[in-house]
Amino acid sequence: MKIQTTALILIGALALSACSGPNRFGFGGAGAGGAGAGAAGGPAGIDMSALGDPSNPDSLAHFQQVVGDRVLFSVDQSVLSDEARSTLLGQAAWLNARPAVNVIVEGHADEQGTREYNLALGARRANSVQEFLISQGVAANRIRTVSYGKERPIEVCSDEACYAQNRRAVTVLTAGLGS
Amino acid sequence: MTPQNPAQRTDPPMPRPLTIARLLLALVLGVSAPALRAQDGPLRIEITEGVIEPMPVAVPGFVAETAGADAIAADVTRVVASDLVGTGLFREIPREAHIARVTSFDAPVAYGDWRAINTEALVTGAVGLAGDGRIVVKFRLFDVVSGQPLGDGLQFAGPPGQWRRMAHKVADAVYSRITGEGGYFDSRVVFVAESGPKNERLKQLAIMDYDGANLAYLTDTSTIVLAPRFSPDGARVLFTTFETGFPRIKLLDINSGIARPLAEQPGTMTFAPRFSPNGATVVYSLEQGGNTDLWAMEIGTGRATRLTNAPSIETAPSFSPDGARIVFESDRSGTQQLYIMPAGGGEAERISFGQGRYGTPVWSPRGDMIAFTKQNAGRFHIGVMRTDGSEERLLTASFLDEGPTWAPNGRVIMFTRATAGATGEPALYSVDISGRNLRRVPTPAAASDPAWSPLLP
Repeated sequence: MKIQTTALILIGALALSACSGPNRFGFGGAGAGGAGAGAAGGPAGIDMSALGDPSNPDSLAHFQQVVGDRVLFSVDQSVLSDEARSTLLGQAAWLNARPAVNVIVEGHADEQGTREYNLALGARRANSVQEFLISQGVAANRIRTVSYGKERPIEVCSDEACYAQNRRAVTVLTAGLGS
Repeated sequence: MTPQNPAQRTDPPMPRPLTIARLLLALVLGVSAPALRAQDGPLRIEITEGVIEPMPVAVPGFVAETAGADAIAADVTRVVASDLVGTGLFREIPREAHIARVTSFDAPVAYGDWRAINTEALVTGAVGLAGDGRIVVKFRLFDVVSGQPLGDGLQFAGPPGQWRRMAHKVADAVYSRITGEGGYFDSRVVFVAESGPKNERLKQLAIMDYDGANLAYLTDTSTIVLAPRFSPDGARVLFTTFETGFPRIKLLDINSGIARPLAEQPGTMTFAPRFSPNGATVVYSLEQGGNTDLWAMEIGTGRATRLTNAPSIETAPSFSPDGARIVFESDRSGTQQLYIMPAGGGEAERISFGQGRYGTPVWSPRGDMIAFTKQNAGRFHIGVMRTDGSEERLLTASFLDEGPTWAPNGRVIMFTRATAGATGEPALYSVDISGRNLRRVPTPAAASDPAWSPLLP
């Protein structure tokens, strides 16, 4: 009973964030690498979502912090590391338990590359995650992908420490898309 | 390449070498000298500047021929001189040094007075207000060394609001007569204006004159926009926008400000568009299932054709000026390299073989060269090569240089240069294909992804 209630709250929040085009990525909140900012744009484009308590497995905070919403990649690579696979196994299990939740996987690149190539590279990374989630039983029609190339770094220094965090694919929870 | 006017001049009255010929020689040498350096040397090239001696040019104030034309005459003069000096091929003899005073456009030229202050080229002009509300800008060019006019006088008439364009046309004519090359001053640049912090950058399309004047915004900052590209007639712009949440190509009519998406295709992302030389076709990248290939679409019908079919990334396509071939980048060999294929697709030939990665190739409007971005040993370069890949020359080096675009005459390249770190920002720069005259293009704030228009009609 309790689980059903929290799931409803979660889905309600997802539905809210998905109600308009630009805000449909909004559920990513602060952890989603600025996707909300990227899509919503202007300073007024502030998205609000209930993070919830990470100790509640149905919460967005739990997905982001406990399950882990992102995986990192080596330079110019889209191959999943063992660590990435482990994170994605957790994501798949979480998603399989919550079939009403859809996701957008955002692929990103560091700034050390040309703009067009990095868009294509980000798409490869997002696709790697998508294929892995599908292989773990998540329905293909629950997953969309988007590449931001090098347009949305989360870390802004120009050193490997930052680049490593920027070469990422982030699984952003959303709802209703394609369903 | 062969200049018309200097060639006709048989008997120079002065014993010293013809400066105009010298200037042209320098242009030619400038093209070949850095090539050696790029081929034998390390890739961190120091771009040497000031190798050639700029030609001394005098641009005395254009004469105001009607009442009320003084201010606009002064403005036109300033822009003409600025265009010429900005090429790095000329230096202006300061007004204070002038001995002769040009008070009438038709008065005889006091060659002796101009020679006395080492003038080699003299531009005189006049501006008047016509009865129909238009302004008339006239100019003459003189070879002071040989003491004769260089070509006939010309005049341009247009609305007063177009005075800058008329000044650019004067400077284009002067540049063209002296160098034997086409001009590039009466042109525009569309680019991405940037603001905000690096991790939340706001982007919008902007357009300006090649020299940064007359800036106007074409989109707002509500979504990410990337890499605008002019149509061959300069009236439309292709660009990539995230406004649906996913990268898509739109086609913008500059005059009306109306943008429409290109026909949708299966797949999640379309980007890196460029027009064919006849303006009827767009070549672009389409990503499906993580794989990016090249496609062509007829703008009129929306009919799309696949040009490549490989598991590698194929992107950044650019047509040859005759429309027969396409240069693009692919990582099919394992790293980004440049390839040329027939415009309809088919067998592609690799043309880049140096160390490092090559991307964003752009075919020169003259057809003779391909400009590119090169990434090697942690540095980025803008370079040029022949269309068969020979004579590679790197023109710049920095933390991040990318995305070359050609001036209409194929002699100057504009590109994005970004600085490093948390406060790093992109800006627009231009450089001659000789590697000389690296200059920052003035923009009010951070800027990236320039595309140079054709010469305006």
